Amino acid sequence: MLKVLFFARIREELACSKLEIQWPDARLDLDALQEQLCVEHGESWRNILTQDNMIRAVNHQIITDNCNLNDGDEIAFFPPVTGG
Amino acid sequence: MMVMKLHFFPQSRVAKVTVLEKMSVNVHEADFDVAELQRCLLSGLFEEGAVATFTGYVRHANDKRHVSTLELEYYPGMTEQSIKAIIHEANDRWRLLAASVVHRVGRLSPGEQIVWVGVASTHREAAFSACEFIMDYLKTRAPFWKKEFGPFGEVWVSARQDDSSRAARWHADSGS
Repeated sequence: MLKVLFFARIREELACSKLEIQWPDARLDLDALQEQLCVEHGESWRNILTQDNMIRAVNHQIITDNCNLNDGDEIAFFPPVTGG
Repeated sequence: MMVMKLHFFPQSRVAKVTVLEKMSVNVHEADFDVAELQRCLLSGLFEEGAVATFTGYVRHANDKRHVSTLELEYYPGMTEQSIKAIIHEANDRWRLLAASVVHRVGRLSPGEQIVWVGVASTHREAAFSACEFIMDYLKTRAPFWKKEFGPFGEVWVSARQDDSSRAARWHADSGS
C-alpha cells in the first residue's frame, strides 16, 4: 500500500488530503505514480500536480528529480513552504 | 611490556565536537512562554556564554492586506524532521551547546507569537549566526503553510523571493 498526501493549496485545489493506493507488485517510480494519478483523476489533477513549483516528498525527504518507490512508502505533494 | 597511556576527556567535551546533545523541536497549537523556553534551553549546561533567541509574531497586515486570522498547516513528522536537520546543519557550522525551536500551528490572531528559536553557545558569534541560520532555513525548508483571512477573503501566502535569497546567502558563505 502507498499513502499519498496533499497539503495546503494543493489539498484544497484537488479537494483531497489523502489517498491509499494498492501496491502494483511491479516497479513503480514517482513520475509513474504521478502520471497514474493524473490518468485516474483527469486533466484538472494533471494541471495541478504538474505546476512548476510543486514539491514532492517520499518518506519525508524532498525529491527534486524522480525516484523508485517501494511498498509502504509515504508520498506527499505540496506547494512552496511559508512558515516562520 | 607495552604500557598504554590513556587520555580521558569529560564526556561532554568529546561529544560536542560533532553531536548536539541538547535539542528540542516542538510543533503545537498552544502559546509558549519565552522565559520558560530559555530556562529549559540553559538547564543542565555548563559552558554557556551566550544565548540568542528569536520570536516571530503574526503580522497585522501583509502586503498591505489587513489580516484578521492566520491559519497554519504543517506536515506532521516531516516538519519536525526538517527542523531537526536544520539544527544539525547549524551545529555542523558553529559549535552549539543547545538549540530549541517551537512553532505554532492552527488558527492565530495578529500579535500572537508564532515561532521561537533559541540557541546557546560559548560565544555570541555562534549564537547570533546559528539563530539567524535556523530561522532563514526554517522559512524555506520546513513544511508549514500560512493562509490569511481578512476583508479580502482568504488567501494562501506565497513563498517570498527575499526569504529564499536570505537562505541562499548561507550557501554562498559556505562556498567562500
